[in-house]
Amino acid sequence: MTTLTAYIEGIGLLGPGLNDWPTGCAILRGDTAYQFQPTLLQAPPSLPAAERRRCGPMVKLSLAVGHEAAAMAGLDVTTLPTVFSASGGDGKNCDEICTMLASDDRLISPTRFHNSVHNAAAGYWSIATGAMASSSVLCAYDASFGAGLLEALAQVAVDRTPCLLIASDTRYPEPLNAARPIAAEFAVALALVPARSAQSLAKITLRLTSAPAGTMADAGLEQIRAHIPAARSLPLLACLARRESAALVIDYLHNCRLAVDLSPCS
Amino acid sequence: MHWFVKISAFNTPFTSPELTPLLLSHFTTTSCIGHGLTPTLDALRQRRSGLAPCDFDTVDLATYIGQVAGVDKVTLRADLRDFNCRNNRLLQMTLEQDGFADAVHAARQKYGADRIGIFLGTSTAGILQTELAYRRRDATTGALPADFKYGTTHNTFSASDFTHRYFGLSGPAVAVSSACSSSAKVFASARRMIEVGLIDAAVVGGVDSLCLTTLYGFNALGLLSAQPCRPYDRDRNGISIGEAAAVVLLERLPDDLDADAVLLLGIGESSDAYHMSSPHPDGLGATIAMRDALAMADLVPEQIDYINLHGTATQTNDAAEGKAVSALFGPATAVSSTKGATGHTLGAAGGLEAVICALALQQGLLPGGVHTAQCDPALPLNYLLQNQMRRIDHVLTNSFGFGGTNCSLVFGRADSSFP
Repeated sequence: MTTLTAYIEGIGLLGPGLNDWPTGCAILRGDTAYQFQPTLLQAPPSLPAAERRRCGPMVKLSLAVGHEAAAMAGLDVTTLPTVFSASGGDGKNCDEICTMLASDDRLISPTRFHNSVHNAAAGYWSIATGAMASSSVLCAYDASFGAGLLEALAQVAVDRTPCLLIASDTRYPEPLNAARPIAAEFAVALALVPARSAQSLAKITLRLTSAPAGTMADAGLEQIRAHIPAARSLPLLACLARRESAALVIDYLHNCRLAVDLSPCS
Repeated sequence: MHWFVKISAFNTPFTSPELTPLLLSHFTTTSCIGHGLTPTLDALRQRRSGLAPCDFDTVDLATYIGQVAGVDKVTLRADLRDFNCRNNRLLQMTLEQDGFADAVHAARQKYGADRIGIFLGTSTAGILQTELAYRRRDATTGALPADFKYGTTHNTFSASDFTHRYFGLSGPAVAVSSACSSSAKVFASARRMIEVGLIDAAVVGGVDSLCLTTLYGFNALGLLSAQPCRPYDRDRNGISIGEAAAVVLLERLPDDLDADAVLLLGIGESSDAYHMSSPHPDGLGATIAMRDALAMADLVPEQIDYINLHGTATQTNDAAEGKAVSALFGPATAVSSTKGATGHTLGAAGGLEAVICALALQQGLLPGGVHTAQCDPALPLNYLLQNQMRRIDHVLTNSFGFGGTNCSLVFGRADSSFP
């Protein structure tokens, strides 16, 4: 059975009631009770003013967690390959385009159109950081976090370079929300490297499995894990927060999941 | 004449960053120039374009499109009806051509259902289904019609999910969606998973179909030409949007290879870090992608016999790409864009043009650009305006996209990699 191995050196988190990794870490460790709150989005300070004005929630989420994880790892973002995974594009932008295209006035704005591409967050990240390294931009519907983790670990293993994984989801407004309900805006980032260093938080080993995915004990956290694809990462994040060795199964496709072994480095 | 190249003695693993070559064991494509390999090749030989004045749906734009005939006559397999949308109809039509589905079924028997990955590129997937549903919203509640299915049509993953289920697989499956580089970048994702041993084979490629979002979106950017697009022409003035599907079965090299078998030799990927919808003016990202693809293939620019350009026919794309190609390859290397024939098929372009490159290598056909009348004198390149027939060993193809995403692929004939 083929396994993929990497070392986690940075974590970024932004979700409902999870304002950053330190806040989320305390909740996932059990030190603070989890309470659902709307996700706090901020315009990314790293973007030039024009792009900052134009970018939507997907970009704000993705850049916030990407910067948090890269800074924690002390990695140079200008040369860092990235993997972006999202279960859909920017929900509000998509609704606005579809509404206009169903109306008599179909003249959508250029900005709305270029923000509709699935790789908008990757493009804005590259502009914000000056990174010219490769970026893989993925979607696997509910399996998007697993697909991103698999791609990032394959990059680390094959290319022997660090890699920054950013998985993000935004909500659709109605009427699309009824067809695709996402509980809240949520993003997670993991900075992964091929060899252990003083910065390493944990070793991660992954293989494919058909075993069922694990869940969260806390009802509120399980609610978001089950209803936000990027939050399928929560069992992994909880083990990282508790700095414990663990064997867990992360959700992926309907007939394929990810068996993950974690062992802390300190 | 049929002969084999014995490669086992030469098939030693390269050290990084060189790529262990992979075999394009089966492939097919559908675009406005043809359903399958033979019609596609005939169209290329006859320099036939499939572009026609836009009559898609209710679109009222003065532009040309490359529409595939017969897509709406396709009925999806009974167990996969939830996936019914133009994009997946075009995809199923393509999977069932040229013996492709049989080849994947055979690979499944050989390797196992969990040892084959699905990596398909798309930019808009089945969003047309949502565009149509928004016209049928409930007058009082605003709700979408009850028959609307988001996950299996609109969602970016739907084509890969469809293919994964169509072949009854349980290995990795993912959609790559980086705009117009999507179905070139799938080769990179698949190659890494084969290299690391997670899978033995991959279905790679892409599919994008006509929809209002892209037609009105490119119109908003002022990038649609009112004529059939003219890549690298002095008077080029924008793109013609097309639709296509292309699929390739990618495998490790067997011990025996046909002499004209096509191998994936190099991949280069980069980001522009410049602008969301304009390329870096000097094609800096493009240069990095082409240079890295050559390095991975362990080839020098002089060894590339033909370049299938991204060549969208916008002023800025062709100027930036042309500058980068000219600086790296000089004025002698034969180059052309096939988008004058097929239109710009967006997320399917990388896959479609990979298949065109494979045909070029096997047939010794360098396709001249269609619709281009006078090459831009500011871009000193050997841009082909007529077909050339001669043996070629190595080709490079470029795919660049919005958000400044770039991917270059190098393919070669088996008998030149393993003489």
